[in-house]
Amino acid sequence: MARLLAIGWLFHLKNLTNSLFFVLISVLQPIIFATIAFFMFRSGDRPGGLLYAALGAGLMGIWSSTLFGSGGAIQWQRWQGTLEVIVAAPARFLWVMLPLTVSTASIGLYSIVATLFWGRVFFGVPLSFEHPWLFALALPITVLSLGLLGLVLASTFVLYRQASAFSNLLEYPIWLVTGLLVPLSLLPGWVEPLSWVLAPTWGMEAVRNAALGGEVWPGIGMCVLLGAIYLALGAVFMNNFERLARQRATLSLT
Amino acid sequence: MSPALRVFFVGGRISYRALFNWISPGMYITTMLGSPLFQILFFTYLGRYAGGQSDDFFIVGNAVQVSAMAGIYGMVMGIANERQFGTLSPLLATPANRLAVFAGRGLPFIVNGLAVSTFGFLSAWALLDFSPDPSVLPALAVVVTITVVSCTALGALIGSIGLRARDVFFAANLVYFLMLLFCGVNIDVSDLPGWMEAVGRAIPLTHGIEAAREIVAGAALGDVAGLLATEAAIGGAYAVAAYGLFRLFEAEGRRRASLETY
Repeated sequence: MARLLAIGWLFHLKNLTNSLFFVLISVLQPIIFATIAFFMFRSGDRPGGLLYAALGAGLMGIWSSTLFGSGGAIQWQRWQGTLEVIVAAPARFLWVMLPLTVSTASIGLYSIVATLFWGRVFFGVPLSFEHPWLFALALPITVLSLGLLGLVLASTFVLYRQASAFSNLLEYPIWLVTGLLVPLSLLPGWVEPLSWVLAPTWGMEAVRNAALGGEVWPGIGMCVLLGAIYLALGAVFMNNFERLARQRATLSLT
Repeated sequence: MSPALRVFFVGGRISYRALFNWISPGMYITTMLGSPLFQILFFTYLGRYAGGQSDDFFIVGNAVQVSAMAGIYGMVMGIANERQFGTLSPLLATPANRLAVFAGRGLPFIVNGLAVSTFGFLSAWALLDFSPDPSVLPALAVVVTITVVSCTALGALIGSIGLRARDVFFAANLVYFLMLLFCGVNIDVSDLPGWMEAVGRAIPLTHGIEAAREIVAGAALGDVAGLLATEAAIGGAYAVAAYGLFRLFEAEGRRRASLETY
């Protein structure tokens, strides 16, 4: 199974890297948002918050690539005519889809690299991290937890014919309620409980604290816990999707 | 009604309705209104955190900019989808007036963009305490209308390029995001480096947003006449360029028998 996961992840990572759309949302879009934030922070009262902005814009890119990549994952396999083959394969459907959703989050790593590089070269963002080793640990765990959240998205969005439009709708709200650029303390109080069940909130906390200073382990721990919950939910939803599609012979129907 | 006018109105309406072959009206409306709403909230809260500008600065900038969503994506789909869906050849085989075919597609998206922008301002009023003096609203409506038309011309230009380019939606997405950076939506253009300000001042939206901010601050329509004239002139230039490219690619497509090839 480890081989299946590793090869599947690498295959989808290469595949997504060749897509202009994913280059846009995982590299260009985060750079544009980071630049906007850099200018806003510079001309506002937070000229020292450039690393904060670079990391936030990078995580925004990870969310976007997960949202659009995982949200449409099953639908894309269907359009390409590969869904039946995947379901008919001896490997469990869940273990074939998991590397795909994790890879959609993984290409979001381009976002972090792009915004840090862009910030360093053009805005002089200082790249001195308080806890570099914890940063190196927090980042892949955050990506993995978002990939597992992607599994839930993939298995639920497939129920909607207009999943891509639905994905468009969810981009800004999650950026906002998970505090990727705007601190949660500025938002209405009822937003905070929502943020607790979303891995990007904790991933951002862990990554930001590793870079700027603060407690890193609580964020990492919550990412692991939420990742396990997402995996369990994703497994139930995926099995349900596969069972219903087989029963109703609707696997290839859009 | 003359044939050209009929093509303009009926053709434009049919082209708009064709959008709904891949998205339901309900989802279209939700996306068209939901996404701008959260964009306005996101940047207004980010602006509060960054400091330096009032809420109104971000609300006006984003509420005007979101109208470009209909103008740009809509026009790109309205023109370039003909090629993608295989209806470009039959369309261009007709003797219909090309200007009417081309311009008619823009009208529904102008109305659409105005609706989105109006919703943006209303949401800001309901959720962000945005409360301009009611007396400025007619002038604001004029400014937004000119800006929406101008942005639709930019969308038409990208759509025309889509008659030739392979992946025009990439360009549409990129232009839409770059407008957030270059057009003074969230950053005063005078705070941008000189070359970015120059680029921003050469594309639709920038002068419209400046005019809208001045109107909300209490200026009269006459005070922003220069900005509006510039916005309209830029929009006109893009519209002429878009129509020129449309005709050029039509002629090229006929000559090389490549209208619908990729």
